[in-house]
Amino acid sequence: MTWVLANLGLIWARTLDHVVLSLPPIVICFVIAVPLGWFARRYRVSRGIILTGAGLLYAVPSLPLIFVLPAVIGTSLLSPVNVIIALTLYGIALMVRVVTDGLDSVDADVRQSASAMGYSTWSRFWQVELPLSGPVLLAGMRVVAVSTVSLVTVGAVIGVQSLGSLFTDGFQRGIQAEIVAGLVATVALALVFDGALVLAGRLLMPWTRRVAPPKPSVPLEVSAA
Amino acid sequence: MNLFASAIDWILDPANYVGLNAIPLRIGQHLVFSLVTLVFASAIAIPLGYLIGHTGRGRGLAVTTSGGLRAIPTLGLLTLVALWVGIGVVAPYVALTVLAIPPILAGAYTGFEAIDRRTIDAARAVGMSELQIVRKVELPLGLPLLIGGLRSATLQVIATATLAAYVADLGLGRYLFSGLKTRDYAEMLGGSILVILLALALEGIFALIQRFVVPRGVSGRLGTAPKLRTGGPAAAR
Repeated sequence: MTWVLANLGLIWARTLDHVVLSLPPIVICFVIAVPLGWFARRYRVSRGIILTGAGLLYAVPSLPLIFVLPAVIGTSLLSPVNVIIALTLYGIALMVRVVTDGLDSVDADVRQSASAMGYSTWSRFWQVELPLSGPVLLAGMRVVAVSTVSLVTVGAVIGVQSLGSLFTDGFQRGIQAEIVAGLVATVALALVFDGALVLAGRLLMPWTRRVAPPKPSVPLEVSAA
Repeated sequence: MNLFASAIDWILDPANYVGLNAIPLRIGQHLVFSLVTLVFASAIAIPLGYLIGHTGRGRGLAVTTSGGLRAIPTLGLLTLVALWVGIGVVAPYVALTVLAIPPILAGAYTGFEAIDRRTIDAARAVGMSELQIVRKVELPLGLPLLIGGLRSATLQVIATATLAAYVADLGLGRYLFSGLKTRDYAEMLGGSILVILLALALEGIFALIQRFVVPRGVSGRLGTAPKLRTGGPAAAR
């Protein structure tokens, strides 16, 4: 505890580093995964290719990926960009599947009714399909956020600073309190991100507040909102 | 591209096939370590998961615990346990067993939960005992989701075993860290490629197993197959 009190400044600085590394992957993966998931659902062939590719990408271990990326994209080995890109790739791999599932969960009758009312494919996607798959997407993004915050720490072993640096430093210097502080701070940050997503979901999808909390595999109730 | 060429050269270099740092030996270590961890984790998680799935009790606790464990960074757990028990192979075994439990547990109890209640009621109605229901109905029907959980756990263990080389002289991860220390990018890249190939090979094997363990009555033409969310991280939730 004395270590923590004496090093609050350090913990705060690493927390900020951590936020800088984890926020971009979370945002970028969503922006990329939505159109990709839509495209995966659009054609039988694209579905097979994209979902298999996402599955394989997700199977690639994180540390080796961070080592391989510099050879592929020409960054320096110690660049934080590698960590950001690696985590974005994982986020995409996870979210593409979720987006596909989410869009699948929209009732075909609802889709047809929307078309019958005169929605174009484009506006039907934005105004009907995407909002209705919202709860599923939110559940997926919560998983992405928590696992991204946790995975950022891996970068510390090659020297990319984050809360993970408290693990490597604490390990090398034999300070247990430093590692525990890192663990607590990482989990706390994950909870903050998770809470922010839940809050965003409440604001963006007010109709979900009245029905039971959504689960990804359960077909969505089409409420009268 | 010559970076990859030098990594391939490193992988094929005969000098890397002799002694205590030989590639086949490291692959063997990596696999044995992962297998032992998975056996430990399964021994704890599968009976517990089946108990939760069969009785329906303790589900909330299991969901919360596995969700919470996901937020815990592997590296933190590894280094902390390593400080407690000292540098060596014990710390990775403990840390990785803890990390492998949630996906297997989730696979075990969701496998039971995904079964149509009417199927179980029918089994009870024809006079099966509780033990028979577990053995002859729930076990085979829940197997695909359990294998899905084992698949997620395996991927995670293979990945984390690489990281475990940070605290122990163990597995393919050694190449990454020793290459990092000596600034030998060919070694780091070569080692990384080997880990990635190993992970993808196991993923492929599990995909096949998962296909084969679906009971014939479910996969077949009966048309009443329950919706199985097989594989992937979502199934581990």
